[in-house]
Amino acid sequence: MTAQRSSFRSRLSESRGFLSFGFMLPAAALLLVFLTYPLGLGVWLGFTDARIGRPGIFIGLENYEYLWDDSVFWLSVFNTLLYTISASILKFVLGLWLALILNENLPFKTFFRAAVLLPWVVPTVLSAIAFWWIYDSQFSIISWALMELGLIDSRINFLGDPTNARASVIAANVWRGIPFVAITLLAGLQTIPQSLYEAATLDGASRWQLFRYVTLPLLTPIIAITMTFSVLFTFTDFQLIYVLTRGGPVNATHLMATLSFQRGISGGLLGEGAAIAVAMIPFLLAAILFSYFGLQRRRWQQGGGD
Amino acid sequence: MKFTRRDVIRTTAGVAAGAIGSRLIGSPAFAQDAPKYTPEQGATLRLLRWSPFVQGDEDSWLANTKKFTDATGVQVRVDKESWEDIRPKAAVAANVGSGPDLMLVWFDDAFQYPDKLLDVTDLGEYLGGKYGGWYDGPKGYAVKDGKFIGLPLAAIGNAIVYRDSWVKEAGFSEFPKDTAGFLELCKAMQKIGHPAGFTHGHGVGDGNNYAHWLLWSHGGKMVDESGKVAINSPETMKAIEYAMELYKTFIPGTESWLDVNNNRAFLAGELGIIANGISAYNTAKINKDNDPKLAEIAKDIRTTNLPIGPVGQSVELHQTTVAVIFNYTPYPNAAKAYLQFMFEEAQMNDWIKGSAGYCCQTLKGFANNPIWSEDPNNAAYARASETLRPNGYAGPLGYASAATMADYVLVDMFARAVTGQATPQEAMEEAEKRANRYYRV
Repeated sequence: MTAQRSSFRSRLSESRGFLSFGFMLPAAALLLVFLTYPLGLGVWLGFTDARIGRPGIFIGLENYEYLWDDSVFWLSVFNTLLYTISASILKFVLGLWLALILNENLPFKTFFRAAVLLPWVVPTVLSAIAFWWIYDSQFSIISWALMELGLIDSRINFLGDPTNARASVIAANVWRGIPFVAITLLAGLQTIPQSLYEAATLDGASRWQLFRYVTLPLLTPIIAITMTFSVLFTFTDFQLIYVLTRGGPVNATHLMATLSFQRGISGGLLGEGAAIAVAMIPFLLAAILFSYFGLQRRRWQQGGGD
Repeated sequence: MKFTRRDVIRTTAGVAAGAIGSRLIGSPAFAQDAPKYTPEQGATLRLLRWSPFVQGDEDSWLANTKKFTDATGVQVRVDKESWEDIRPKAAVAANVGSGPDLMLVWFDDAFQYPDKLLDVTDLGEYLGGKYGGWYDGPKGYAVKDGKFIGLPLAAIGNAIVYRDSWVKEAGFSEFPKDTAGFLELCKAMQKIGHPAGFTHGHGVGDGNNYAHWLLWSHGGKMVDESGKVAINSPETMKAIEYAMELYKTFIPGTESWLDVNNNRAFLAGELGIIANGISAYNTAKINKDNDPKLAEIAKDIRTTNLPIGPVGQSVELHQTTVAVIFNYTPYPNAAKAYLQFMFEEAQMNDWIKGSAGYCCQTLKGFANNPIWSEDPNNAAYARASETLRPNGYAGPLGYASAATMADYVLVDMFARAVTGQATPQEAMEEAEKRANRYYRV
């Protein structure tokens, strides 16, 4: 019996599958505790009328039914999509442009590469406070400069007008997000072998053709990863909005994340707050699938058309 | 709020005591009724409070706490949290049954978890009896079903802060007392280039204070006595129409203002009239020696209560803080003894004075604190507890009242209408719909 048990043990310890499973256990446990459980709890809370200070009871889809009919929620969905799409496109275009410039042999190249990272290194709340001053309805340096130059007669109402407020928070997000895109794409650019450019140049390729048929296809995997993360960060942005506008004016800059916080934490309606957060999941999945798989198309990567 | 016979007797006694002077207060005749709480063996306490806005408040609170420790041997650790973090922290402590023994919470927080709080009715009744009775407004935030679930600690006043010379320049020898006169003043102030500005943005304090004053001063209310949403009314319509007229006279940008914007613009000389806590005036006063411009502003600042609307009386939200003891504390007697000590005359008067007009007494017996007469500009804040209404007026306090205010239902209603994003009727109906969600129709 003992011999049987020890041989079973020794066989188990030599089994690669069992060992692999054992090595994965700590990571799996961490994921379970810190990711799966909170996510599961969030989904569950969305089906309850939980409130701060009181565990909820199951109410089915009532939170979602209310949100379906809630104009502020739909406004936050619109704002989130507008914010994410506009900011992501701008971050990609400007980030790629910056990466291409930094990939050239410029004087003080290292200094510029380090300087570009600054907006990303500064804590979000600090840069948000800086923007809060820049956009202040009374003390904006932009308004002051334009008035001094005689270009405008009165101060710009950056955060008080809904359209201006949306544009302002998008601009602030773009300023913060460009370095991440630029540096990641620059890292990708530097992995492209120089010999490919030389060969293409010998074939008489123009600069645009070099970019279109060499740089872009070889950079797409990096672009896909970078933009997936960028879209994720932008879609779930909270700090910038919270500091700048708290969702105002009249909810014109409320994102789903800030509305979820306002209803769930400040308002104490945990169930409804969780439902708003859960409602973000389909949008997030769609955004990830689009940016990841959409950019990974093989034909495009191989230089073909769509 | 209903008056009981006992309240009337107490209030009368308090007014009489106030008239006779504070020597009567705390006399042996009252002291013999004092409840005695013997702290438990080895008791230590933890208090979590909001971060102070006036340094004197904290200094005085800590000094009084040390006096309590010296007298009883009970160590008290005082921790601070930012304004917004108080509500979730208190709720988590109540839910989990672990955390600080005592907390200073805001508004109707105590009504979110009343069954998790120690009943302090004996203490509440004793203090009310001894010090002239509680003001109705603050008491409303601490009494549920006739029981004290906390002790109303202070009302943080909100008042009109204005530049006297500019008001005179606009042709007004004194600040108007009613809403009609106030509108005329704001029009005149705009004409001379020193406009008014009130927060229409998501400013937790200023935005809510202004919106509630607009509504209540015109006789509107979010809900009726039974908790039924009553925002869709002719009175609300009047309030919105008045807000629209007033808004036309404002400095641009008030839709985006948070709590700090009006102070900043006012102290930079951009504005002639704001509504704020005493901190705006205090900032100018404290810094007047280092900044000649602020010295000039401080000299020119006057304060007064917000104008009286068609309802014919001062009605405002202000901001209220309540001291609660969680019932999970292993040292309930020590906690009660601590609160009793902090509310007694010597400590409370010292704390109110240290707060420099920021914290208004909730017990009528402390209304004669010298801080209110020390500087004429403090006087407007002395009546905060007297003029305040609980945010859930006229209905019961609880989850719904807290959520309705936290979701800026009222602030958004006025903001949508004044900015032209909705007609007054549409704005009112939207507010009704949102409020109905919280009041569960």
